[in-house]
Amino acid sequence: MSKTKETLKRKVTSPSKRSEVGAPRLGSEILVEALEREGVDTIFAYPGGASMELHQALTKSKKIRTILPRHEQGGAFAAEGYARALGRAGVCMATSGPGATNLVTAIADAYMDSVPLVALTGQVPQAMIGKGGFQETDFFGMTLPVVKHSYLVTSVQELPRVIKEAFHIAQTGRPGPVIVDFPKNLQQEISQPVWPRDIALRGYPAPKHADDLVLNEIIGLIEKAERPVLYVGGGIISGEASQELRKFANATKIPVTTTLMGCGAVPEEDPLSLRWLGMHGTAYANWAVSGEFKHRNSASDPMEKIADGADLLLALGVRFDDRVTGRVDKFCETGTIVHIDVDASEHNKNRRVQLPIESDVKYALQRLNAMISRRPIRKQFTAWHKQVAAWKKKAPLGYRVTEEVLRSQHMLDHMDGCSDQVILPQMAIEMLYELTGGDAILTTGVGQHQMWAGQYYRYKEPRQLLTSAGLGAMGFGYPAALGAKVARPDKQVIDIDGDGSFLMNIQELATAHIENIAAKALVLNNQHLGMVVQWEDRFYAGNRGNTYLGDPTNMKQIYPDFVGISKSFNVPSERVMFRRDLRGALQRMLDSKEPYVLDVITPYSEHVLPFIPAGKTVADMIY
Amino acid sequence: MRHTISVLVENKFGVLTRVAGLFSGRGYNIDSLNVGPTQDPGTSRMTIVTRGDDATLEQIVKQLHKLVEVLDVQDFRDYEYIDRELILVRVTVDSRTRAEVMQIADIFRAKIVDVQSDSLTVEITGNEGKVEKFLELMNSFGVRELTRTGKVALPRK
Repeated sequence: MSKTKETLKRKVTSPSKRSEVGAPRLGSEILVEALEREGVDTIFAYPGGASMELHQALTKSKKIRTILPRHEQGGAFAAEGYARALGRAGVCMATSGPGATNLVTAIADAYMDSVPLVALTGQVPQAMIGKGGFQETDFFGMTLPVVKHSYLVTSVQELPRVIKEAFHIAQTGRPGPVIVDFPKNLQQEISQPVWPRDIALRGYPAPKHADDLVLNEIIGLIEKAERPVLYVGGGIISGEASQELRKFANATKIPVTTTLMGCGAVPEEDPLSLRWLGMHGTAYANWAVSGEFKHRNSASDPMEKIADGADLLLALGVRFDDRVTGRVDKFCETGTIVHIDVDASEHNKNRRVQLPIESDVKYALQRLNAMISRRPIRKQFTAWHKQVAAWKKKAPLGYRVTEEVLRSQHMLDHMDGCSDQVILPQMAIEMLYELTGGDAILTTGVGQHQMWAGQYYRYKEPRQLLTSAGLGAMGFGYPAALGAKVARPDKQVIDIDGDGSFLMNIQELATAHIENIAAKALVLNNQHLGMVVQWEDRFYAGNRGNTYLGDPTNMKQIYPDFVGISKSFNVPSERVMFRRDLRGALQRMLDSKEPYVLDVITPYSEHVLPFIPAGKTVADMIY
Repeated sequence: MRHTISVLVENKFGVLTRVAGLFSGRGYNIDSLNVGPTQDPGTSRMTIVTRGDDATLEQIVKQLHKLVEVLDVQDFRDYEYIDRELILVRVTVDSRTRAEVMQIADIFRAKIVDVQSDSLTVEITGNEGKVEKFLELMNSFGVRELTRTGKVALPRK
């Protein structure tokens, strides 16, 4: 049914245009009904003094499943996992004070990655606000720099409107987190809710639509270009514009590179895909954007160009993040850049562009598709495709068992001389890709394993890779996997994690078991903070600054014992050391109908490549 | 570069903090900030005077636009506008200088609003050039206390 028909139907059946008045009830019950009216089916909530009224009301809800995390941060990451997997607002709740502060990391994460999140908190009674009461913090003030919007409820009468607005703001335009802080005395106040029909936010206009004139200019630029590239990001995913993008790329034959947030915007097996770009992106994506240069060992050496990069960069739903651009003035230095984004504040923020366009990206692509279906682009970009193919052949993603690995302490301590049995982290992910047919939803922690999860699993669809990209919050992976599994019970959901990140929210194994959420964890355990170790190796002569996570008094032991920990949570688990055991163990993990932890021991000496060091250029890339 | 930014906002708690936060979070000082309700009690106008490089201020203006409670933003650099500031200044005087201060105040169309044996309090309204010039002259008598509203501004149309 079309949207207009739906609207018409609603208009006909609605008895009146006035707001609807409900029977008197507690503020806490009004909140729960307001959530139900927004279609909320799951809330990740940890109770406390200032929010227990809300939990009491939740026990009476037949529509909302309340999931008890074991730490508020876990609950908020789970809500994010839910939101990222579905594209609908995730909801988490905590009590005042420490409960609320524990949400802050996930709220900041949702802000950086534009994830629709509604975070509800109980607040001390209004009479206690500002008195330094037990478990009081100014949550409204504390979260100001990391929210899209926030509310401190000051009367129970405004609650229905506040909740309606909160979900609207979180989910529309450029999505983001909205917090609602709700004092306890108002939760206990009895009132008649007035449910508003409409939203009236004067300062929050609907997303703009690009006009045809400027979109025509893009067509003209494509026709003039010889080496166009599409650089697309999370905006395509959150803007639900993946189908339009695929149509556009196929019709124009323009190669596509995505950001990490944009993985799955186009199928990565498609010949037009350049995979993702940036610090640890593919060499060919970086070359296609910025040109190929002779590798230089020092950033003070001149850049010697081998082949030209893009002369037209179509940047859609991206923000020119420093992990993507490296030294920003050298990023696509000679190309014309068109930047379409729903958020005008992203234009010219990190990179001056020639044609900034404020628009809903889905609309812009729909119009562009309509224009080129009437008047197809005649250019084939044959020479450019030949160059791109040559680059792909020259520098494919790859790994091998290196001398460093063979000489490493890992081999001495754990491998009993079986050097052919060492498991490289990349291998484990590649095997997982094969065994899942590329259909799983992956979440990650932050670090090396995150980059390999991006590189060695190939994504077909949006919302398959859920990762803390902008904020880079360790501990994101497992709770996010729980949220994603709740959102998509039909999918295999696997957290590819590191031993450091996994430990940061390991308590959520309890949530997984008690709530029977069959999210799996594949821990690539190298007993180190691998990414920091990599930087230590490259820039600090291998001096270890608190990056060893094992037990220094007994390095032969794997520490901590994740299998033992999992067992204590009643979560099945096993450890794999040798390559011969990997396939079977992965299959057992995938076959499990309940949560599962697979602890894969890998060498710490492996580096993520390609690598463009921070603030450097494509000429400094190691691959 | 110096900018005068006019921001129309919802007259609600927290708005001032949100607006100020966009400046402080980038290490920008606000020279002056004036806020008060407009003809519509639900709407307030802020006039902010700040200094900074154009690119960062362009960012701040765009970020201001994004705030849900901000209705409109004008960077007056690009507009013709009228601006005024009101100042209350307490100047040290004695029998010898009192007449001179009153004379200068008269020339500037300032008002004497309080008279003490050893001081005069003067109210002056005007654009930036006028009030600065007046303050410069008062400095030679000795300024004891000073308070200013900060600039308020409106576009000419």
